[in-house]
Amino acid sequence: MARAVTNQRKIINTVIAWAIGLLIFFPILWTFLTSFKTEATAIADPPVFLFFDWTLENYTEVQERSDYFKHFINSVIIAVGSTILGVLIAIPAAWSMAFVPSKRTKDILLWMLSTKMLPAVGVLYPIYLIFIELGILDSKIGLTVILMLINLPIIVWMLYTYFKEIPHEILEASRMDGATLKAEILYVLTPMAVPGIASTILLNIILAWNEAFWTLNLTAAKAAPLTAFIASYSSPEGLFYAKLSAASTMAIAPILIMGWFSQKQLVRGLTFGAVK
Amino acid sequence: MATKQSRSAARLMMAPAVFLLLVWMLVPLAMTLWFSFRKFLPLRGGDLGFVGFDNYVRFISSSSFWPSVQTTLIVVGSVLLITLVLGVLLALLLDQPIWGQGIVRILVIAPFFVMPTVSALVWKNIFMDPVNGLFAHLWKFFGAEPVQWLSQASLPSIVMIVSWQWLPFATLILLTAIQSLDSEQLEAAEMDGAPVLRRFWHIIVPHLSRAITIVILIQTIFLLAVFAEIFVTTGGAFGTKTLTYLIYQRVLESQNVGLGSAGGVYAIILANILALFLMRIVGKNLDA
Repeated sequence: MARAVTNQRKIINTVIAWAIGLLIFFPILWTFLTSFKTEATAIADPPVFLFFDWTLENYTEVQERSDYFKHFINSVIIAVGSTILGVLIAIPAAWSMAFVPSKRTKDILLWMLSTKMLPAVGVLYPIYLIFIELGILDSKIGLTVILMLINLPIIVWMLYTYFKEIPHEILEASRMDGATLKAEILYVLTPMAVPGIASTILLNIILAWNEAFWTLNLTAAKAAPLTAFIASYSSPEGLFYAKLSAASTMAIAPILIMGWFSQKQLVRGLTFGAVK
Repeated sequence: MATKQSRSAARLMMAPAVFLLLVWMLVPLAMTLWFSFRKFLPLRGGDLGFVGFDNYVRFISSSSFWPSVQTTLIVVGSVLLITLVLGVLLALLLDQPIWGQGIVRILVIAPFFVMPTVSALVWKNIFMDPVNGLFAHLWKFFGAEPVQWLSQASLPSIVMIVSWQWLPFATLILLTAIQSLDSEQLEAAEMDGAPVLRRFWHIIVPHLSRAITIVILIQTIFLLAVFAEIFVTTGGAFGTKTLTYLIYQRVLESQNVGLGSAGGVYAIILANILALFLMRIVGKNLDA
């Protein structure tokens, strides 16, 4: 009897949860479907859901008209470049804070976090001016450096929380066996740290890919990544829903897939280890 | 001796990160402070000298200041309320045993990974367009007059778009927190005959309080900086000019750098007050 009640509750919960899940996901699904319609079908009243002539012409047209691929490559270079650069700088820092902590470690960590809270708009003009002076406005290098600096505190924090979980006993054992600091880092710590480093990289590529303040304000035609490319659709001419959908689908698909793999790290990374 | 050696090695390893962040923080900040005390119009005469606190006074006394503060409070407050209430309910639901839990979870968190310009444009055109949008079709189907979402209901529309983006974040964090709740405690309360609402208020809510605080603080910091969603939908028109957007317009659109910088300093002070609270909570959790 009790079993039946639980099952009934499970059915109800399942139905409600799926309905809400699909409702929340619907805008993404609809964008995906629209990307395969013709422009006329895309605005048809009543709307067509699944039964239309699927076409790929929007994808080819977006590429031909506005060189989608160039912007995609810009996004990849900027997001991956800034993350790798950030990780290279952050690993030694996080390492030393996790394994050779001093009285000031906590203060330094919190201070790093505080730089993340600096509102971008408050320093927009200085950065703009510096970029013009250095000749890196609308360049991939400039954006890579800015996004690296923005995400550096999160990268240090994430790596720090991962490194902290590596048991100290192992280090002591290797030291007893006479391992040098270099050997200790290369052969003992690194293999254990790889999963943590990988998830840090994953989450920060996502964050850099979607960043939409600096990418919009510091780029024009040359270095514009997908965020800026999509924004150029805000003042369109003629029918464009299907093409907007195609461009959007391509812009979010890779990151959506990466995001689904990084759900767990997301919580840890974005709450700075305060919720695990 | 080894410890002393590793101490200095540690300091050396930390140096690049600390140095870069220090420069990143101090140089632009110093420049913003400097500009905020000067009359600086790059397109109309350049740097016209020191004006004291003139910019600070003018920024606050301008007719668009208080409306922008109000807009900011409405956006931040409404999005927080919506994402927290729905987030708690959704997290409770997803914590129950259901079929296909993994897939539902994926569907729910998906919006968080959509870049802001995409979600803003998709909502603006494909859903909220008064002629061809899906909502317009839906309204007409029920015989209602389609709503001009982004001009007649501009603020609620923006709140809706931003809430859609941030609901996954709140849900995911609250779900993680709920899953760490000791289920025996809940079962014991159930055995003792505590009704559902009492169990919710006396066991679940206290357990979630820390996660809720963190969601509020982190979201507030990001919500104060909402930019792309306004940039591509209304461009700050129809009463959607937040403080961030007002500063952006002063600096880049009307090229009044002095005035914009004074606004920037206000924004930095505001963000730092919030950051202080967040640091306390994060710091407490840190046993370094």
